[in-house]
Amino acid sequence: MKGWMGKIKALALLSSLALFLSGCGKDNLTALVPKGYGSEVSFNLIILTTVVMTFVFLAVIITYVIVLLRFRKKKGQEDFIPKQVEGNQTLETIWTVIPIILVIIMAVPTVIHSFTLSDTSEADEHINIDVTGNQYWWHFDYKDEGFQTSQDLYIPQGERVYLNMIASDVTHSFWVPSISGKMDVNVDNENTMYIEAYEEGVYWGKCAELCGPSHSLMDFKVIVVSPEEYDQWIADMKDVDPEAEPESAVAQEGKELFEENNCMGCHAIGSSPAQVGPNLTNFGDRTKFAGFLDPTKENLVDWIMDPESIKPGNKMTGNYPDLSEDEADKIAEYLMQLQPSEVTPDSAGGLK
Amino acid sequence: MSHDHSLNPETMPQDPEKATLEGKNKFMGLWFFLGGEAVLFASLFGTYLALRNSTADGPASDEIFGLGLVFVMTMLLLTSSLTSVYAMYHMKNNDYSKMVLWLGITALLGVGFLACEIYEFAHYITEYGFTFRSSAFGSAFYTLVGFHGGHVLFGLCWVISLLIRNAKRGLNLYNAPKFNTFSLYWHFIDVIWVFIFTVVYLMGKVG
Amino acid sequence: MSVTATQKRSVGAVLWDYLTTIDHKKIAHLYLIGGGFFFILGGLEAVIIRIQLIKPENDFISAGFYNEMITMHGTTMIFLAAMPILLGLMNAIMPLQIGARDVSFPFLNSLGFWLFMFGGLLLNCSWFLGGAPDAGWTSYASLAIDSPGHGVDFYVAGLQIAGAGTLMGGINFLATIVNMRAPGMTYMRMPLFAWATFITSVLILFAFPALTVNLFLLMFDRMFGSAFFDVALGGNTIIWQHLFWIFGHPEVYILILPLFGLFSDVFSTFSKKRLFGYTAMVFATMLIAFLGFMVWAHHMFTVGLGPVANSIFAIATMAIAVPTGIKIFNWLATMWGGSITINSAMLWALGFIPSFTIGGMTGVMLGSAVADYQYHDTYFVIAHFHYVIVGGTVFGIFCGLHYWWPVMFGRILHEGMGKLTFWTFFIGFHMTFFIQHFLGLMGMPRRYWVFLEDQGLDLGNLISTIGAFFMSFAVIVFIINIFYTAAKGERPSPDPYDGRTLEWATASSPPPHYNFAQLPLTRGLDPLWIEKMEGNGKMTPAEPLGDIHMPNGSILPFLMSLGFFIAGFGFIYQVDHSAWYLALYGGMAFALGCMVVRSFKDDHGHHIPKEELEREAD
Repeated sequence: MKGWMGKIKALALLSSLALFLSGCGKDNLTALVPKGYGSEVSFNLIILTTVVMTFVFLAVIITYVIVLLRFRKKKGQEDFIPKQVEGNQTLETIWTVIPIILVIIMAVPTVIHSFTLSDTSEADEHINIDVTGNQYWWHFDYKDEGFQTSQDLYIPQGERVYLNMIASDVTHSFWVPSISGKMDVNVDNENTMYIEAYEEGVYWGKCAELCGPSHSLMDFKVIVVSPEEYDQWIADMKDVDPEAEPESAVAQEGKELFEENNCMGCHAIGSSPAQVGPNLTNFGDRTKFAGFLDPTKENLVDWIMDPESIKPGNKMTGNYPDLSEDEADKIAEYLMQLQPSEVTPDSAGGLK
Repeated sequence: MSHDHSLNPETMPQDPEKATLEGKNKFMGLWFFLGGEAVLFASLFGTYLALRNSTADGPASDEIFGLGLVFVMTMLLLTSSLTSVYAMYHMKNNDYSKMVLWLGITALLGVGFLACEIYEFAHYITEYGFTFRSSAFGSAFYTLVGFHGGHVLFGLCWVISLLIRNAKRGLNLYNAPKFNTFSLYWHFIDVIWVFIFTVVYLMGKVG
Repeated sequence: MSVTATQKRSVGAVLWDYLTTIDHKKIAHLYLIGGGFFFILGGLEAVIIRIQLIKPENDFISAGFYNEMITMHGTTMIFLAAMPILLGLMNAIMPLQIGARDVSFPFLNSLGFWLFMFGGLLLNCSWFLGGAPDAGWTSYASLAIDSPGHGVDFYVAGLQIAGAGTLMGGINFLATIVNMRAPGMTYMRMPLFAWATFITSVLILFAFPALTVNLFLLMFDRMFGSAFFDVALGGNTIIWQHLFWIFGHPEVYILILPLFGLFSDVFSTFSKKRLFGYTAMVFATMLIAFLGFMVWAHHMFTVGLGPVANSIFAIATMAIAVPTGIKIFNWLATMWGGSITINSAMLWALGFIPSFTIGGMTGVMLGSAVADYQYHDTYFVIAHFHYVIVGGTVFGIFCGLHYWWPVMFGRILHEGMGKLTFWTFFIGFHMTFFIQHFLGLMGMPRRYWVFLEDQGLDLGNLISTIGAFFMSFAVIVFIINIFYTAAKGERPSPDPYDGRTLEWATASSPPPHYNFAQLPLTRGLDPLWIEKMEGNGKMTPAEPLGDIHMPNGSILPFLMSLGFFIAGFGFIYQVDHSAWYLALYGGMAFALGCMVVRSFKDDHGHHIPKEELEREAD
């Protein structure tokens, strides 16, 4: 029996170890390969607590195995009555004091970093972006620059970015595991957190608080570009002419359809504080459509035709006139050519 | 234990309400129940404190509260607590009719309190348009004070049922614990009111 | 065995007996049946969840239905399966352990059960009436207010009714332990399970009212237009989170402490040693319970409460590891130097130690607020609390069922099937949940209907799902074992395990309905063991044989609960049509009417005459 138990434990540990070594998950998603300040601080504590706790676990398991090996009822001694020990003060003191010490070892860094991570006293000297969580998309307002975007959050590498977050409908939670731990996006009050990415790249972001049927599809990306590219992107975004006529004829028709069907009632192109639906200014540069679909025209047409089947419970369904596939195709053509900046996700290496 | 639970001054135990196992259980059970009730009201107080300034441009506490009526209500309820003590005193002396008298007075005072509260609520609604739905403050106020009022109402139903049921039976070891638990409950209601008076009305008017 | 007990009775008579029973042992049966039913239901929901997550972007069930599944799985398992089964074990065993003939409030005891049962049924009616609640078992206010349909209304009404029942159960156990211990049974001679019942009941008493209030607030907001959680009118949804966790964290200790008590008894019995460090164990339990009320905000580290609150709650959370560690080491020390018998009951207890230790470890890790920014609301948390609730509570429940089956049903469960259940469940459990720690850290948040392709989450989820099938198989074997045992199980003596405490000192298995013809005299910790060691073999009576006073059964608890059940529908549907007020007021009036009947009809109970006791003893 005890051999069994040991084998199973060993097997479980081995297989998990194998899995662990085969990769700690996807490079731009996992919390186990930190690529930013917040995730690094958290990761260090994860390692510290894991090591301390593994030590405790070993102490328990070794005692446990010895007990099972030595003190099973023995053949021929069925009537053996063990000594009825009441307790042992020394032992009991030991296993009270050691855990207290271990707890202190873990508590001190926890407290210190609780304070460093929530310190927003220098927010004014850095980039501030207002984040709004909506069912099921993210709105980013670069309020110092005076423009907005959605779903793809551009930040410069190596700089602190303060995010002031609030939700418009229900509670969400902003999580980019590779760069930082999460913070809730409440409906009641604005929460501020800062993120700082060490490396350029496109990182997956997830909503981590149940917010309705499409909670699992409320993905977004953080696009970390070099500071120069970031400045370029800011300049391009400020410079957008929302009225610019598309070059191709199909896209021009698409633009007309976009206006005729009052898509702008919800979706702004160019700067607009209104945010009923995602801002589409740089839609053509999106890493994904609707947060998780490959950015192909087919997917976009499917989305425009029937968003409900793709993202159940979204707020777009039923709020615009029925469109023929041809019309949807033209609108898609228009939207996909909205590429106001040279700086795109590809500048950061693209989404992997 | 005999089937005849009636008492006479000779067989009267020291504490008739705790002379039987049932009595002891009721006594202990009610104390535990009040412990739970304390948490219930603590949660309501916490909610009220969090929301008492969330008036959403509706009436605020210092505009509407009048301490005069609330003071009368406090006096009514405090006095009723005292009269229920008298009732228990007479129960221990095996004086059934006086116990009934004092419990009757307790109930009357409770009815008076409740009438004032109903008047107060009606006043807020008609005069200020301040309702349960006006603002988070309104919801929290009516819920906290209303829960207390509901407890008073329940206590009244309880004591009246007891008085009717035992009108012709006199005191015995079966019903003594019942009267006693009611009295304990009534004190608890009173204590909660003291907190409401302080936290809701005084702090609302002054704080 | 008495003649009457062996007579065949009609199904109707048995049914009526159970509907009206106020015998704590029969109420225990009801709790086990009710809780067992919901356990299977919750298990099916879990399997459906795992099938949905067997591969990326699966479309086995729809997104909305998935949210209903996770909500109902959590709610059912915690409120309708684990808690009732625990209340069942407490009901069955605790009065015997303290040498009582019944509980303090037999009527309330029955009422508590029926409220739970009708509350649970009301909640589950939602499946057939337009959809179950879908805002998660925590039902955070902003989403719960936003949720369309009546699902969340069923959550509110069902839990309100079931919660009231649980509160009654808690008060009843407290008064019982204070007032009804047998002669000589001082507090510090009580078995650990009785102690755990006492402390758990305190937790129930102080935790459930917070849930009651919270449910009222949500009910008022959803059904009567108040503005507690309506931000536009000044409401605040964080209040829900605070009140929910002020209830919710003690709740997890309500789920685990009884099992700590049970495991203490089991380790002691099967090692043939008295519990190591009894006093420390009692005080550790108290300390855990006390700290359990001080740590609720560790569920809210990411809410933005600020670094001061986060630090305080982080330290308090880690501090719980100390008394829990004391317990684990005391259990090991109890077995150290003992003569350990391993049967299916003991296997569950042995399986518990490593499993629960892992759950405790990850608990401390989660307590580190800064690390929690990564763990929070991911599969790491799912893994953690399943290690605690399955590895602790469910293992404990299985352990208790195997251990006390003879006391409760007069049969002994089949050993072979018991061991098969354990091993498949144990392997399946670790397969399902160990991997989830890593899934969480690799970026999989909890409550995700689908996970996307090519995010490195496929293999882990597949393994996890396969593990769930193993656990399902184990439960099926256990159900077969129950039926097999009922038909062909061995009839044990009243003391099949060489027990140490009073539940093994009854005259028959199962015990007669009055438990002890003469109350036993307790002379120390492990009273039965003391008598055995001194060669008496059975308890010394503390009183001469005499008439026994027992309470009368009643159908009123069932009817009252039915009234509240009907009123529940009234509350839920009055928003649609005012005709439903009829159900609301009608149900309430019916329940209150039953209360009046109860008050106005004197019930002095009945006496079992001495002669009958003597006859039965022969």
